[in-house]
Amino acid sequence: MKAPSFAYAKPRSLEEAFVLLRRTEDAKVLAGGQTLLATLNMRLSSPAVLVDITGVPGLDGIAVRGSVLRIGALTRHREIERSPEVAEHAPLLAAAAPHIAHVAIRNVGTIGGSLAHADPAAEWPACCVALDAEIVVAARAGERRVRAREFFKDLFDTALAPGELIAAVEFPLLGAAYRSAFLELARRHGDYAMIGVAAVAKPAAGALADVRLAFLGAGTTPVLACGAMAAAEGKKPSPEVIAAVQRALAQDLAPIGDLNAAPATKLHLARVLSGRALAQLAA
Amino acid sequence: MDATIQTTITVNGAAVTRTVPARQHLIDFLRETLGLTGSHVGCEHGVCGACTIRVDGEIVRGCLMLAVQAHGRRVDTIEGMSDSGELAELQRSFHEHNALQCGFCTPGMLLAAHDLVRTKPQATRAEIREYMAGNYCRCTGYHAIVDAVEEVLALRGGKP
Amino acid sequence: MNARAELPLHAPGTQVDKGYIGQSVPRPNAKRLLQGRGAFVDDLRFPRLAHVVYFRSPYAHAKVKKLDLTKAARQPGVIACFDGRAVAEYCTPWVAVLGHLKGIKSAAQYAIAIERACWQGEAVAAIVAETREQGEDALAHVVAEWEELPVVTDMDDALAGRTVIHPDLGDNICFKREFDTGGVDDAFAGADVVVEETYVFGRHTGVCLEPRAILADYNAAEHSLTVYHSTQAPNMMQDIFSRHLGIPEGNVRVVCKDVGGSYGIKVHVYADEMATAAISVMLRRPVKFVADRLESFLTDIHAREHKAKIRLACTKAGEILAFDLDDLTAIGPYSVYPRTSGIEGNQVVNLTGGPYKHQKYRAKMHVVFTNKNVTCQYRAVGHPIAVALTEGIVDLAAAKIGMDPAEFRRRNLIADDAYPYTFPSGIKFEKLSHHQCLERLLALMDYEKLRAEQAALRRRGVQRGIGLAAMIEVTNPSPAFYGVGGARISAQDGATLRLEPTGMVTVLCSVTEQGQGTDGILAQIAASALGVTMEKVRVITGDTAVTPYGGGTWASRGAGIGGEAVLQAARALRSNILDVAAVVLEMDKAELDIVGNEVVNRLSLESKLALAEVGRIAYFRPDTLPLKFQSELTVTRHYTPREYGFTFTNGIQASYVEVDPDTGFVKLLKHWCVEDCGTVINPMLVDEQIRGGVVQGIGAALFEECVYDAAGQLLNGTLADYLVPMSGEMPDIVCAHVETPTKQSQLGAKGAGEAGTAGAPGAVMNAINDALAPLGARVTAQPFTPERILQALGKV
Repeated sequence: MKAPSFAYAKPRSLEEAFVLLRRTEDAKVLAGGQTLLATLNMRLSSPAVLVDITGVPGLDGIAVRGSVLRIGALTRHREIERSPEVAEHAPLLAAAAPHIAHVAIRNVGTIGGSLAHADPAAEWPACCVALDAEIVVAARAGERRVRAREFFKDLFDTALAPGELIAAVEFPLLGAAYRSAFLELARRHGDYAMIGVAAVAKPAAGALADVRLAFLGAGTTPVLACGAMAAAEGKKPSPEVIAAVQRALAQDLAPIGDLNAAPATKLHLARVLSGRALAQLAA
Repeated sequence: MDATIQTTITVNGAAVTRTVPARQHLIDFLRETLGLTGSHVGCEHGVCGACTIRVDGEIVRGCLMLAVQAHGRRVDTIEGMSDSGELAELQRSFHEHNALQCGFCTPGMLLAAHDLVRTKPQATRAEIREYMAGNYCRCTGYHAIVDAVEEVLALRGGKP
Repeated sequence: MNARAELPLHAPGTQVDKGYIGQSVPRPNAKRLLQGRGAFVDDLRFPRLAHVVYFRSPYAHAKVKKLDLTKAARQPGVIACFDGRAVAEYCTPWVAVLGHLKGIKSAAQYAIAIERACWQGEAVAAIVAETREQGEDALAHVVAEWEELPVVTDMDDALAGRTVIHPDLGDNICFKREFDTGGVDDAFAGADVVVEETYVFGRHTGVCLEPRAILADYNAAEHSLTVYHSTQAPNMMQDIFSRHLGIPEGNVRVVCKDVGGSYGIKVHVYADEMATAAISVMLRRPVKFVADRLESFLTDIHAREHKAKIRLACTKAGEILAFDLDDLTAIGPYSVYPRTSGIEGNQVVNLTGGPYKHQKYRAKMHVVFTNKNVTCQYRAVGHPIAVALTEGIVDLAAAKIGMDPAEFRRRNLIADDAYPYTFPSGIKFEKLSHHQCLERLLALMDYEKLRAEQAALRRRGVQRGIGLAAMIEVTNPSPAFYGVGGARISAQDGATLRLEPTGMVTVLCSVTEQGQGTDGILAQIAASALGVTMEKVRVITGDTAVTPYGGGTWASRGAGIGGEAVLQAARALRSNILDVAAVVLEMDKAELDIVGNEVVNRLSLESKLALAEVGRIAYFRPDTLPLKFQSELTVTRHYTPREYGFTFTNGIQASYVEVDPDTGFVKLLKHWCVEDCGTVINPMLVDEQIRGGVVQGIGAALFEECVYDAAGQLLNGTLADYLVPMSGEMPDIVCAHVETPTKQSQLGAKGAGEAGTAGAPGAVMNAINDALAPLGARVTAQPFTPERILQALGKV
């Protein structure tokens, strides 16, 4: 399938990018293109112009800045996977990265693209929610920040206004006391998750504090399972606690059925993963 | 902002300048414009891996990259990497293990295997399977491919 | 770690020369593929090459009320647009029925559908353009209005026939068959144990990585057509293009370049490929069609959509008394040309119960039309169903009487000395080796140790399962498959061998290569029988202007039939070469032989004359030879198996799995296959055919299904949604061989290409059920997805 015809522009600055996006009806942002180009090849969309933002400076890089780890929007998945800073300060991301498709895709796809696309079965949105990250949004009017937990609105729908770009993601530095676990069930390695959980907590004397459980593949957005988290908070993940966590998930999650699994199956799998994640955090 | 863009790409070491339709993906550019038909099209949705080529030293899906995005960059294909000898060990091992049958997946498979040998020189059999899991082969069932890659890793003594 | 086959250098009981037979020689024609220097159809370049794209029905069943191509025809780069009526003036329709499938019926199918589309994806118009992109752009400008018709998708509904897809046919039954040895009801009534189960098999497809590709080049001055076609059967296609396009057979040339996988998908006639050839004639220029991946899922033949109830009666000592089968299978709206879509179901009837020595058998089978994509023969045709049914119900019976599944099989497999043997369904076995293969398998996998390991792990809550699947397989078919029904599909093949002046040898053979290694084994056979080294041999296959007339490669016939033709031709050429050498050397021919590219003294092995010298003299200096002597250094021989309608092989597979009862995920720990395909020409290539076939079977068992909704819409027609096996989930596959050569040929080779696919689904199903047995759960509907396993466990 060949893509329909479109024009192409590669701005050299954010200002130029904003002008292009504002000027053209039906422009689409091209970063890594691993989702967009597949969509275009299948003629599922027909934009008039692709605005390639990979030439815009200041949108890349992985660095600790004060109390956050800042990852630029144009950072490739593979860079995150291999980054020593990520391994040290946000090991959840390092654990999640190998689940993203395959190496050839990870070499090109970007974290900004993944977050802007907002597929609920993708790895980065759930990780951002679990880590309570902040999305740094670049707009003509200036920069603004949106908490990841408020960024994902609906299926493929985010808090980005038309013409806005993600500039970076900032992850609070949690410190060495925190542990993380990323568990995903996919039919084949690299497939979109049937269900997955990004789990973070601070173990203290066998109990888990500041528990975060963010599910992927469990709704129209990544879901922070607050009821399940409350059931686990401050406790050792004993069989009784895990059972309570699993019961609570029925209220937290509204999975959407697909070819792989009905909603009830996904809820069941989410329960299984929650138990395994908590056990892993406490181990 | 144009529908066709003048683009210069270094392909297998030689700079090539063409006016390219913005919508043309890199594999179609290589195959149709340059006649380098060794890279194959299997799905055009980035899943099968038949289009795996190397851009600036990293493997990519050629069907998910526009030719214009390769402007100013270095592209290596199966033809160039064969002539340079970089793939010789893998090609010999693939040949001896019959790690190919129809050959359609083979260029992409070799590119992926080469990347594994470079980045994971001590990969276990399970890790080889995981690394190669982005390249579809219908003919071999993968066992011989894993054997061939494992043999090359062993011959190289775990060095990249 | 890499278990290569252990074989003697040549098989006992055959008259095969040594040389390369039995050696794992790497394939010479793989070298170009390793460098990306092959030539697939889409790689070819022609002047004025036009590209055709097809406007396809979005509906599963609809009348074309209006079709206006005028706007599309004006789009940039568009050369012409055609509807079904226009193409029908150049290409006659077909009805895919054969005389030996009694009562089979189908409707006429046109190259491009006229007035009505019967499945989502059926082409109703063609747009020819300078580039594929422009053709696709123009598709959006086709104006079409449809009147949706009732859709039949469910196979039971199709059988009941409330909605009949082709009213003229009266019902939706393409083909039905009943078979009864008699005495079945008595056997069941008197049996100690009766087990019954219904198995469901999900429709799936081949997913060749190279999509279907055809480039047709009509020369108006000569009224000739050359077709570069990714196909398995070039002579069959030559005949079909000739008859349906009205071009004399000798003016049609079909050339197979490198074919990127086929597995039966590319041995059938596709309407859009016929249309492409017709359009080349209409436009008097070369025209190419390459299906893209979305089109492939919609239109490459699907296969294996069955629902079958099977019953088994046995004694409490575990002796099988009878099988009783009722199979229903759903095909598309047309039987596929020319082999028909009735063969798969027919095979299920023929092969169920195959390895066993019961005498009573009854089967009922219906093939029904639906408004889904057409279906036809796909690797191992019918065997995966028959083996899964048989081996599944056998395991159920074994469990019911508390007998180990291997022991149950041991008690019932036909004895190795019982041959020749006629099976209850009527098929005849020359000589099989079920017991030898069973014992070899159990030793290879260390069955007892695995059972102990399984038991130990069960006590720790880890659920592992072992599944066996014994099988028989159809290979080397005679005209009994197609020819007797009136199909112009050749069951014989030929080989021409030519000594070149420099001493090289050219082999032209009518079987074809799709990656299995045809060209390689033909070179091995030729070199061995001639006495030359392999690098002297060039093999040419797949060109009807050049190669002898034959059937091509399908039904695992390449080695056994094509290989035999090469062997016989090589022996004859050897004799002719020695005739020349004898007069040149003025020696007795009986004193001479050919070894290592030289004519030698047979006893002393002293070199007397290089083959290059034989060539020089015979071709350039015949004036130096005796007056009445004529050299004949090109020889052709043809071969077809005569004694057995099908040359059956046998094998047995085992699967070892671990099932996670919380997630329903199945981990494939390992897989084994012991296969008897007669003389093994190249053990490595046989192993690799088995491995590839096993993984295809695993795909069907765990991952692959073409999912349609009730409106006949294909829901998962991309590679992201249709799950093919990738390396991460596949097991290592250990292969071993037993060799029972056929006496029908000098080579003694039977076929091996499909065995892996035949047995793998049954073995995996049995392993999963073995793992689930302590939990009281059982799965019978393929693919065995995590969800289905969780449902069986009662967890969802």
